[in-house]
Amino acid sequence: MFIAALLAILVTMGLALARALAGPTTYDRIAAVNMFGTKTVLLIAVVAFLAGRTDLLDIALVYALINFIAVVAALKLVTQGDFHSTDGDESEARQGEPE
Amino acid sequence: MIIDIVSWILLLAGGALGIVGGTGIHRFPDFYSRLHAAGITDTLCAMLILLGLGLQAGWSIAAFKLALIFVFLFFTGPTASHALANAAQHSGLKPGLDRDDRGGVNQHD
Repeated sequence: MFIAALLAILVTMGLALARALAGPTTYDRIAAVNMFGTKTVLLIAVVAFLAGRTDLLDIALVYALINFIAVVAALKLVTQGDFHSTDGDESEARQGEPE
Repeated sequence: MIIDIVSWILLLAGGALGIVGGTGIHRFPDFYSRLHAAGITDTLCAMLILLGLGLQAGWSIAAFKLALIFVFLFFTGPTASHALANAAQHSGLKPGLDRDDRGGVNQHD
């Protein structure tokens, strides 16, 4: 039964990866990568029980932490950095920052 | 035995919700609707699958680690979705409210 959950998670990861490759805006890609990372955490947890080695849950925990920090950091970079998906709003984006 | 059946049901429901969310993020026409599909199903799919795994683990250190992952995903999933929607709206991305033959995001104001 772990195999079914594993396959469902893999299908979901494939769909999210397709959206991350095809997304028209940067935020689409970040949302898809966020979903991909969450599903990776679940995948590692299911694989840990499938292989009977529950030590792998530590890796899933660390991956959850790193995934959240990566998404927030990528959002900050996109909102303030160079590669905008839309133009002319950088000063607007910088207004909320105390600098 | 009953715990096994409940855990299988939870795992299968979580996997089905994951596929629903993946289909949503793949096929919805607009960023905000995609984020709606992804953000809602992500949290519930993670909760169901982790609960199913926790029922399989029983009272052990693995269940404690699963509970840690559960709590963390429960708080960071909606936070990441909110940060994404906030950043997208702040950068001027408009929701596609009217029908458009391109089927994509409407950028006109």
